Amino acid sequence: MIVVEDIHVTFGRGTPLEKHALRGIDLTIPEGEFVTVIGSNGAGKSTFLGSLAGDVLAEQGRISIDGTDVTRWDTPRRAGLVARVFQDPMAGSCAALTIEENMALAAARGRRRGLGLALGSDRRRGFRDRIAELGLGLENRLHDRMGLLSGGQRQAVSLLMATLAGSKILLLDEHTAALDPATADFVLDLTRRIVRDNRLTTLMVTHSMRQALDYGDRTLMLHEGRVVLDVAGDERAGLDVPHLLALFAKQRGGVEISDDSLLIG
Amino acid sequence: MGASVCPFKSTAMTEIALFGAIEIGLVYALVAIGVYLSFRILDFPDLTVDGSFPLGAAVCAVLLIAGVNPWLASLSAALAGAVAGLVTATLNVRFKILHLLASILTMIALFSVNLRVMGRPNVALLMQDTVLTPFYGLGIPDHIVRPLVVGVIVAVVVLLLARFLASEFGLAMRATGVNARMARAQGVDTDGHVYAGIALSNGLTGLAGALFAQTNGFADVTTGIGTIVVGLAAVIVGETVLPARALALALIGCVAGSILYRLAVQVALSADSIGLQASDLNLVTAVLVAVALILPRLKAKASRSAPRNPSAAK
Ligand SMILES: Nc1ncnc2c1ncn2[C@@H]1O[C@H](COP(=O)(O)OP(=O)(O)OP(=O)(O)O)[C@@H](O)[C@H]1O
Ligand SMILES: [Mg+2]
Repeated sequence: MIVVEDIHVTFGRGTPLEKHALRGIDLTIPEGEFVTVIGSNGAGKSTFLGSLAGDVLAEQGRISIDGTDVTRWDTPRRAGLVARVFQDPMAGSCAALTIEENMALAAARGRRRGLGLALGSDRRRGFRDRIAELGLGLENRLHDRMGLLSGGQRQAVSLLMATLAGSKILLLDEHTAALDPATADFVLDLTRRIVRDNRLTTLMVTHSMRQALDYGDRTLMLHEGRVVLDVAGDERAGLDVPHLLALFAKQRGGVEISDDSLLIG
Repeated sequence: MGASVCPFKSTAMTEIALFGAIEIGLVYALVAIGVYLSFRILDFPDLTVDGSFPLGAAVCAVLLIAGVNPWLASLSAALAGAVAGLVTATLNVRFKILHLLASILTMIALFSVNLRVMGRPNVALLMQDTVLTPFYGLGIPDHIVRPLVVGVIVAVVVLLLARFLASEFGLAMRATGVNARMARAQGVDTDGHVYAGIALSNGLTGLAGALFAQTNGFADVTTGIGTIVVGLAAVIVGETVLPARALALALIGCVAGSILYRLAVQVALSADSIGLQASDLNLVTAVLVAVALILPRLKAKASRSAPRNPSAAK
């Protein structure tokens, strides 16, 4: 469970470029909930996920994960609790390391890293079995460098890596945005499967209203650093993309926009 | 010994010169491995080695003169080098000074420190026991004993380091250099790994300094000048002759590169026709490294301007 109480984040405080990116976010996300997050460019979505992961520390407010106050924890310390997949397929893995080395890195998330072999034969076998589940034929390419994989393959492996260390929270920041539509669908299906099988508490940022409503249990809309829409259950089931667009437009001051422009944006 | 009669005496190496080149190549192989750790694995251009090499020599020489066991003296030299590395890492990680500048600050400071350690610009080791002493007088010529002993030490270092880099800790260190953001997201304390890696790199360099002092019989504050360039040259030569992805092979490449570099230097110096003097060495090395650094860039430019290059995955 994630509890966020009134967090604020300001970039470049005291400079002419000062940006109050998060202006008081209050949320409780129960264990196992799959939340989709939408909002226009600069709304603060990435900053919000970053503040959960520890990349940006909230200057005010409190964040607790499973009852532990992590407000002051830095990224490596939170990594045992939080797994992530980034928008840029290059960002979430080490291109110069092999697939199995990347997996070994992820498998040790949140543990002390000692002088034991990172890749014993048992562990190799375990990785082979896990990666076979993806159905991409990567089980025979464990020694290949990650950089040789396509963007979609890398995102798929990144998702798998997120499950190797047993953390219960998954943060996805437009993790399909860099992929072509077919690959994006594949990665989204995989996301759904992995989230369900591992009962992960998930936040997924997307620019597609369709995805935001089709996936997960709850949808948040951020605008100028605040949560302006928070729907779940029947209310959400009754929503359609046009409704959402209208709500969205209202937040933006009544300007009509289409789903397409959001996808592109 | 010395019977290597050669018709082209002016251009050929004597046997002694050959083994001498191998010996010095092996000593600097440890520097090359250290430079490989900082430049290649951690992506941290660290010039501290210009100071930590003579520091290792100085510490070892002074301890030997004080009658300390040679192995203990060598270990102390390695530790002194590691501490120098920690200073650089602290300036960079803790105080956010650019890595190059941080290492230059440490390097300059070490020049004074080394003079303090020795009490004078150079110290001769004449009668002192060294790690080599027990192996002299076993019937093997001295000029072969030296590279043999140093070679065994280098081999042990390569084995230990290859195992270290294959460990969970070592893998995290590699990730730190390749993609620090990802490493942090995977719970790697990247700062800690920079400290450890730069300390290790300069520890190896300090050990190289200690071996240099013991094989050459002196320590001198000026021996450090250009250490970084020689180390880089060895790494680059190694990567050229042994372009390997596997880490153990890359480490062996550093050793091979260091020896080949010294052999090439030896050949160049002994060929009268080229007209090079020992004092030209730094110039030649710097040019070599510069060319080696420029070439890949030119190649990349050439392939970028080539018409067909389908989605070159970086
Ligand atoms: N490191 C930073 N330094 C300064 N300003 C920043 C930084 N990161 C984000 N911002 C600013 O904070 C605001 C929120 O940015 P954020 O990246 O969270 O938006 P977003 O909702 O993820 O947008 P997008 O849809 O474009 O990804 C923006 O105005 C952005 O310019
Ligand atoms: Mg964003």
